[in-house]
Amino acid sequence: MIEFKDIKKSFGPKLVLDGVSHVMETGKANLIIGSSGSGKTVLQKCLVGLLEPDEGSISYDGMNFIDMTQEHRKELRQQIGMLFQGSALFDSMTVEDNVKFPLDMFTKGNNSTKLKRVNEVLARVNLEGVNKKYPSEISGGMKKRVGIARAIVLTPKYLFCDEPNSGLDPQTSMLIDKLIYEITREFNMTTIINTHDMNSVMEIGDNILYMKDGRKEWTGNSKDIIFSKNIALNEFIFASEFLQDAKNMRMLEAEGKIDPNDIAHQ
Amino acid sequence: MNFFTHFGRYLLMIKGMMSRPENTKLYWKEFMHQCSEIGVGSLGIVSIISIFMGAVSTVQTAYQLVSPLIPLTTIAQIVRDTVILEFAPTLVCIVLAGVVGSKIASELGNMRVSEQIDALEIMGINTKTYLIMPKIAAAILMIPLLVILAMVLGIYGGRLAGTAAGILSTDTFDKGLMDNFKAYNVFFSLMKAYTFAFIISSIPAYYGYYVKGGSLEIGRSSTSSVVVSCVMILLADYVLAALLL
Ligand SMILES: Nc1ncnc2c1ncn2[C@@H]1O[C@H](COP(=O)(O)OP(=O)(O)OP(=O)(O)O)[C@@H](O)[C@H]1O
Ligand SMILES: [Mg+2]
Repeated sequence: MIEFKDIKKSFGPKLVLDGVSHVMETGKANLIIGSSGSGKTVLQKCLVGLLEPDEGSISYDGMNFIDMTQEHRKELRQQIGMLFQGSALFDSMTVEDNVKFPLDMFTKGNNSTKLKRVNEVLARVNLEGVNKKYPSEISGGMKKRVGIARAIVLTPKYLFCDEPNSGLDPQTSMLIDKLIYEITREFNMTTIINTHDMNSVMEIGDNILYMKDGRKEWTGNSKDIIFSKNIALNEFIFASEFLQDAKNMRMLEAEGKIDPNDIAHQ
Repeated sequence: MNFFTHFGRYLLMIKGMMSRPENTKLYWKEFMHQCSEIGVGSLGIVSIISIFMGAVSTVQTAYQLVSPLIPLTTIAQIVRDTVILEFAPTLVCIVLAGVVGSKIASELGNMRVSEQIDALEIMGINTKTYLIMPKIAAAILMIPLLVILAMVLGIYGGRLAGTAAGILSTDTFDKGLMDNFKAYNVFFSLMKAYTFAFIISSIPAYYGYYVKGGSLEIGRSSTSSVVVSCVMILLADYVLAALLL
């Protein structure tokens, strides 16, 4: 569980986070959604300590993160996996070496067991046969998946994903969502995902934090979102007419005004 | 930012670099990799400039010493001493500041801008120790070796040019080389080489590690790092000469 209170962060005169508080729950997919520039990436970076918040408190399972010593943070970080928005693969290393790097650095054991683990995670993100390629030789979506593989190779306790499925086709995107969700459940991780993908929100949104202009605007889960009366949220999520229709349909269905079987038969 | 903020942050970087490696084997691998990048990677350019600077100093010394009263062996002595004292350490290190320094700055700058440094940091790795220390250590090991090579090749180049231009025979040159040889000069030159090696690796590392922005800034900081390193080399050159000679 990661709990943070009143996080404030500004860059020069620009206030990016204006007192955000929330609890990220263990064993659930915690989503941070919000339009581009609303401060999702900055919030995630504050949570892991890549940026120091100006104000506020952060605790990891009760441990105060803000006052932690560098040494202690280093230890904690060995239990954190992170996927960066731009993938951040090591471009001097092959795909295989990228994913193997955390294993080499923090685990003992022989090379073949490590390679086995590497191939296992690469298979889980649906990437096979690119082991010997360099990051510059694979597509953006593939880089994302290598980034995910690298983040989960040590099965971290806390997993941070900054837009894991931007730039992926809908099918691969679903696969990645499912994978993240599965491992979150399986290993009881605290997973935090930044996204603006509506499929992810509906499929895996256990605990959603909607941010607007650096503030918490709404929280709830994927079921609540359909019935939410929050105007900003509605405009953000159901941006297209198509989605608006879908939402209305669901609401009518819930109110018992239409029978879902009717729709299926038409 | 002013000079003092930079200098303070530079010192903090050096201090932050001194920590226990998370995994000795990987650090060793990185160190070896840097040794080959810095040492082997610069062999060609160092060889070429050393041979030519030796050759040019023979020809020009001969041109300046026209008096029949001065024995020809003096030419060899002068070439030997200038190559050992100044050309091999200083000139070679200035060139290496361009070759090695810009490589270090742009490599680290690229890693910073593409968040690779953050990715390492988030894994729980001390990035200053992992990325900077092996580079500085490799430079301190390899650059003095390159300077020794430059001394040998420089003198050899002078000897070749001396005979090729018909200025003095190899026998005379070799005899001059033995006259008044002071081992202290070699020691002094190596002191310079160690100092310059530290400058060439740590200053570009600082500029690269703290880059902010995008690819434009990487280029800019790599240029500044080379300029600053060169100035620092010349400054240190003077200070060492004033102190040790
Ligand atoms: N290092 C920085 N320096 C200055 N301003 C920054 C910095 N990083 C982010 N910002 C500003 O903070 C705001 C929020 O940025 P952030 O990257 O968190 O957005 P985001 O919600 O992740 O958007 P996206 O969905 O496009 O990734 C932006 O207005 C951006 O200009
Ligand atoms: Mg972002």
